[in-house]
Amino acid sequence: MLLQIAWKNIWRNKVRSLVVLGSVVLGVWVGAFMVAYIYGLMNQRLKDATEYEVSHFQLHHPNFDRDKEAKYFLDNSTDLLGEIQKDKAIRAATARVIAYGVVASAKSSTGGKFIGVLPESENAVTGIGDFVIEGNYLKSNAKNKAIIGEKLADKLKVKVRSKVVLTFPAADGSIAAGAFRIIGIYKTYNKGFEESNIYVNAPDLAKLTETPNQFHEIAALLHQPDSLEAYTATLQAKHPEVFLETWKELSPELGLMIDSFDQYLYIFLIIILLALSFGIINTMLMAVLERGREIGMLMAIGMNKGRLFGMIFIETLMLVLIAAPFGLAFAYFTVSYFGEVGLDFSEVYDEGYAALGFKSLIYPAMENAYYFKIIVMVVITAVLSSLYPAWTAIRLNPVEAMSKL
Amino acid sequence: MENSKIVIKTENLTKIYGEGEVAVRAINNVDLTIKAGEFTALVGPSGSGKTTLLNMIGGLDAPTSGKVWIDKVDISTLSNNRLIDFRLHNIGFVFQAYNLIPVLTAKENIEFIMLLQKRPKAERQQRVLALLKEVGLSDKKDSRPDALSGGQQQRVAVARALASKPKFILADEPTANLDSKTAGKLLDTMAALNHEEGITFIFSTHDQRVIERAHRVITLVDGAIAKDELIEYPSDHAQPETA
Ligand SMILES: Nc1ncnc2c1ncn2[C@@H]1O[C@H](COP(=O)(O)OP(=O)(O)OP(=O)(O)O)[C@@H](O)[C@H]1O
Ligand SMILES: [Mg+2]
Repeated sequence: MLLQIAWKNIWRNKVRSLVVLGSVVLGVWVGAFMVAYIYGLMNQRLKDATEYEVSHFQLHHPNFDRDKEAKYFLDNSTDLLGEIQKDKAIRAATARVIAYGVVASAKSSTGGKFIGVLPESENAVTGIGDFVIEGNYLKSNAKNKAIIGEKLADKLKVKVRSKVVLTFPAADGSIAAGAFRIIGIYKTYNKGFEESNIYVNAPDLAKLTETPNQFHEIAALLHQPDSLEAYTATLQAKHPEVFLETWKELSPELGLMIDSFDQYLYIFLIIILLALSFGIINTMLMAVLERGREIGMLMAIGMNKGRLFGMIFIETLMLVLIAAPFGLAFAYFTVSYFGEVGLDFSEVYDEGYAALGFKSLIYPAMENAYYFKIIVMVVITAVLSSLYPAWTAIRLNPVEAMSKL
Repeated sequence: MENSKIVIKTENLTKIYGEGEVAVRAINNVDLTIKAGEFTALVGPSGSGKTTLLNMIGGLDAPTSGKVWIDKVDISTLSNNRLIDFRLHNIGFVFQAYNLIPVLTAKENIEFIMLLQKRPKAERQQRVLALLKEVGLSDKKDSRPDALSGGQQQRVAVARALASKPKFILADEPTANLDSKTAGKLLDTMAALNHEEGITFIFSTHDQRVIERAHRVITLVDGAIAKDELIEYPSDHAQPETA
């Protein structure tokens, strides 16, 4: 009966109820969609970071990370690479010779990271070859060739076929220098990356660092990203001497972002739902005060406070719970749609996103668990915003409420 | 005799609004006894305290001093929630207006109070139909209040008050919003219920024609009983104890 009365009361003031329903639908929709957008943004960033940059995990000499010195190469790195590449769990693996130094062109010079790669396997891991927009990608049989980022090319004022000189410390501490001809220019969505990384063939660089046939870094991708923890634990146990880092350690800001996503989600949703609940409380309070005489009459004839509270409470709760599924459904459909076609903010944001390493085409996505979390939060909001109007109703004094004209 | 049972008794009942200089003695030391089966009109000029007295008898308002017994229960001893429950099971109310829940039909409005009393469905449905018939609104059972005339609404209110099987029905100016013909019809209904079923009514009114229908007329002046007269009383009803 209380349910029935509450339901009928909702439709007493259709416009008002529709406004509340509409704002709940909109609030839940926008809230859920924004969550999916942020989630998609992060997923994409994570995917880019692992697929194009840090890979799923990397191996180094224990001292390499700190000192970045050429002498800290991985022992037996060729065998180690072979072993990892053979593993069925591995999608792709490659090894790199790395040096940090100064790159100079005829016009200018700047600091850079020089990466000696095995062109084929490097491309399989990071796909860097696909980013070459001018000239060609490296070939393993061509000597002393380099590809550099567009941003760095601008800075050095060089073009394809220009020459650059790389200067960096060798393994014994002496200074090595080598001239490389630019055969390609690459462009990624990550400007920081583009500005520092120069790719050359591994043997060319190893010769200069005086670490022939050795590598400083092995990077690999797994078929199953979820099995990362288990896989790396096994690998580490087998090779305790190598320093193994997963993407979370390699890109700590990304790890932090992913780990704190839930918190951001809650803060974001709480703000939206708080705004919503003020609207609901305000509207329902108006409804209660407008019905003061009737509520006074109900108390007078013997409706106790528990029932009265229940009636108003249910009415508010119903309003929210009717609307919320629509909001979620709209969110689900829009997320699915834009999850397919992507949302492009490139006109507005391209530069800003690129500076942070984000692409401007975002595919919103949301795990079902988040829909569930949103439902739970909406229900909590509904309950909380139902309390105050109901409480106000039971505080009315029947005689005073009825005598108001 | 069952009918002569005392259902309401007040003792030194006093209600003072405000304090000090501006204090108003709305009800001043009223001793009143109402017996089962009475059909009593409460009259008096505006501001004489009729509403205040009915509200205190009905447990809607607390006296400043003095006591109200309803069927031997001192209602001032009841907690707020117990008092609501006491009203539900013992007192029927008919107000001047806004008696009904606008979203429910006549039938549902009457059934509502029995639902609050947790009466079984079969009893509720049978009783609703019987009551609608008694107040002459069988054909309006599915109408909502806004589709009923003022008089019809008041008759639904009377039926609703009766539905809870109260010890008596309090009606504060039940005819104030009705034209005299409709008021007369409402009084017919109430009088018939009183005569045929022995329902005890206490109603306040300004309407001379309504006063004429009463069997006992209590006149309040400045919060005190100025006159308490018996009009003709049917022989099968108890004679009230008058001062
Ligand atoms: N809530 C209140 N606060 C202060 N004074 C009040 C209050 N309610 C009633 N009074 C005063 O108490 C006195 C009795 O009022 P009451 O409403 O009982 O009169 P009444 O006989 O019902 O009048 P009416 O015929 O106009 O309905 C009046 O002087 C009134 O002004
Ligand atoms: Mg009055």
